[in-house]
Amino acid sequence: MIPLPTQFYIKICAALLALLALTWGLAYIDLGSWNLGIAMGVSIVKAVLIMLFFMHVRYSSRLIQLVACAGFFWLLILLSLAMSDYRSRGWIPTRRPDLTQSDR
Amino acid sequence: MNAIELEPSPALQEEEPGNYLSESHTVASWLLTTDHKRIGILYLYSILFFFIIASFAAATMRLELLNPQGSLVLSETYNKLFTIHGVLMVWFFLIPSIPAVLGNFTIPMMIGARDVAFPRLNLLSWYIFIGGGLFALYSIVSGGVDTGWTFYTPFSSTYSNTHVIAMAAGVFVAGFSTIITGLNFMVTIHKMRAPGLTWFRLPLFIWSLYSTSLIMVLATPVLAITLALLSLERFWGIGIFDPKLGGDPVLFQHLFWFYSHPAVYIMILPGMGVISEIIPCFARKRIFGYYFVAFSSVAIAVLGFLVWGHHMFVSSQSVYAGLIFSLLSFIVSVPSAIKVFNWTATLYKGSISFETPMLYAFGFIGLFTIGGLTGLFLASLGADVHLHDTYFVIAHFHYIMVGGMVMAFMGGLHYWWPKITGRMYPEFMGKIAALVTFIGFNLTFFPQFLLGYLGMPRRYHTYPPEFQIFHILSTAGASILGVGYLLPLIYFIYSLRYGKKAGPNPWRATGLEWQTSSPPPKDNFLRTPVVKRAPYDYSPFEEEHPQNV
Amino acid sequence: MSETTAAPAHQFETLEQQREAATLGMWIFLATEVLFFGGLFMGYTFVRWSYPEVFEQASHRLDATIGGVNTAVLLLSSLTMALAVKSAQLGKRNALVAFLSLTALLGILFLGFKAIEYHGDYVDHIVPGIPSYHFEGPSAPQAELFFWIYFAMTGLHAIHVTVGIIVIAIMAALAWRRSFSPEHYMPIEVTGLYWHFVDIVWVFLFPLLYLVGHR
Repeated sequence: MIPLPTQFYIKICAALLALLALTWGLAYIDLGSWNLGIAMGVSIVKAVLIMLFFMHVRYSSRLIQLVACAGFFWLLILLSLAMSDYRSRGWIPTRRPDLTQSDR
Repeated sequence: MNAIELEPSPALQEEEPGNYLSESHTVASWLLTTDHKRIGILYLYSILFFFIIASFAAATMRLELLNPQGSLVLSETYNKLFTIHGVLMVWFFLIPSIPAVLGNFTIPMMIGARDVAFPRLNLLSWYIFIGGGLFALYSIVSGGVDTGWTFYTPFSSTYSNTHVIAMAAGVFVAGFSTIITGLNFMVTIHKMRAPGLTWFRLPLFIWSLYSTSLIMVLATPVLAITLALLSLERFWGIGIFDPKLGGDPVLFQHLFWFYSHPAVYIMILPGMGVISEIIPCFARKRIFGYYFVAFSSVAIAVLGFLVWGHHMFVSSQSVYAGLIFSLLSFIVSVPSAIKVFNWTATLYKGSISFETPMLYAFGFIGLFTIGGLTGLFLASLGADVHLHDTYFVIAHFHYIMVGGMVMAFMGGLHYWWPKITGRMYPEFMGKIAALVTFIGFNLTFFPQFLLGYLGMPRRYHTYPPEFQIFHILSTAGASILGVGYLLPLIYFIYSLRYGKKAGPNPWRATGLEWQTSSPPPKDNFLRTPVVKRAPYDYSPFEEEHPQNV
Repeated sequence: MSETTAAPAHQFETLEQQREAATLGMWIFLATEVLFFGGLFMGYTFVRWSYPEVFEQASHRLDATIGGVNTAVLLLSSLTMALAVKSAQLGKRNALVAFLSLTALLGILFLGFKAIEYHGDYVDHIVPGIPSYHFEGPSAPQAELFFWIYFAMTGLHAIHVTVGIIVIAIMAALAWRRSFSPEHYMPIEVTGLYWHFVDIVWVFLFPLLYLVGHR
């Protein structure tokens, strides 16, 4: 691929540092459960910028683009299915509700 | 080569010029080789070593189980035996078997390349494998491990008094060998195919090894970090698997099985690939449904990552999650069934001959089908409550691993033996050994289905007297099975010196590996081949034998 | 791996094939690394979901300033690394050596700040597993688990940074000896991919460990 202009790399880095400042700033505001979601969202944007432009995924073959996403996708499988177990444990009562802990 | 026709000589192959075996005999040339063929042979010796140790453990267990009181070994010893058997068989035999031996040997040849993409990494993977094996051996000789190959917490992390960390270290290190092999294979298959060799002209063995490699690289790292966490928990009591400290033992199970379920597909997909090579050759017929078989390999690899919770139905996993995992487990059986249908359809109107590789292939189809079907019993939530942790599970996975994978490995070894060594094994003995193995295997493991259904738990060495007859049958079968494995060991070694010399293509098979000499030259081909034909281009019997019509 | 001539390694037909193979190989390796760290992220997710308040409490004991500065250091090092790869593409040896050296120095700066931070944690009694550890509160064991996770994740990351610095230093030395050219700079590119990945991991670690909840 043709080398990208130096100015472009610097601009991407500036954007990354700005996003860092954003993450930092938002941490001082109470957004309840949104703190996590927004922080993760910003991190994802940073990661995508690094991957697309510093790691040249934007200019790479479909195969490389697929491989670049694969690891994260597979990690998502682990996280979502495992957490689905934990989060759904209370949904169906597995003991008779009229029994108390001590009756077991 | 000489212009004079020479009589076949009984001396070793090294006297013939120009092959990968003869080009150098020094120890250094073997231990520092970057030739994928030699590395495959290094792996062959290594896995044979671990197979023998693990078999001794199994033999001792089967002897112990001959009577209900379990008087041969102590309970603690028995626990160590089944752990050693499981750990060595899974990580130091089955996982490397077909990929690191047959895959390493044949993949570059099948795609018309001189070697894999990263030959030095390939050698490194073998050394890493040996390193992991040394840790495991150290653990064994210093007293062994009694947690089972699954290392469940909190026993492994808190209560066991055995050398868990050493064994975990061995598996951790060996895991990196697997990752490197998988990475190497993927890059090789993507980037080093000969001109004209498009994806859909590839042999199905390559498709299945590619799918295997996909699993190897994505699943094994999770095992590595899980064992690292286990070691930290054991050494420092960090608490990640301890409910009193904020952790959860079932978290270990999620992490462990996220790897270990796909791992069982690492342990069967290569076998399926071998069968896909053998059946068209010995039925003299193009494989039926090439695209289905190819895509089913990839489907198994991907879907296999979505089913791990079926190992955890009774571990306090939520019923909803159990439902999803059960459904997905049923779905993942479909691509495997598709393969069985396609192999069977290939046989239809084929011209079938019963050489040893084909006998093993037939054994595979029948036994893998039984193993797979019994998996569906276990995938059903209700049935699993009864069958979990019984001998039914043991029978199920041995039907697949031994009746399936090991038979495929033996079939593949026999099939490619002439290519690897330049010698034929004795065909009559090959048939006998295949038959003995088949009989021994069924006698060993079929009674275990009944045992499990009747309620005998796994990992127990004492049991109610009414189960004894099944155990006696099983142990008798195991001794026959042992003979079935010993025979090839003997006649393969015999064949190295006295076997009939094999030409480049003794089976008249298609595939690029058969277009070069047996044994092949160091760089596999004298000239890079150009591929113009579809795979499995077998002609019907009439065309090959016009006088017999 | 690095050649002073322009011939491909013996198993490859062309330099282009070799370059593509190396790039694909490194990307597959990075996918394995995602899953390697991923196991720790799974542990993190479980513990944080189970004990959100304790997690937040414990997280506030970390020095987020150093964490934030370190994030900036790594982001800058990714810039210098990208510029190093560009210099290699253009055959500019001096710029290549300079940018590689700068990247390595920023990496060392990261580790230096990390060391200061770990020392601060030790002084602050939040290094688990040693006698000086001390945390008051009803959920003290769960808080200690947070700190274990923190040290495991940042420790594993620091090991990867260290390996990266060593490799970059070796690349810089090879670049100085004129081992690379516009036709052959693949080792630099592949090193760059690794380094950027290490940066990405930290980009996620920083908010997850230091900025839990709000301060």
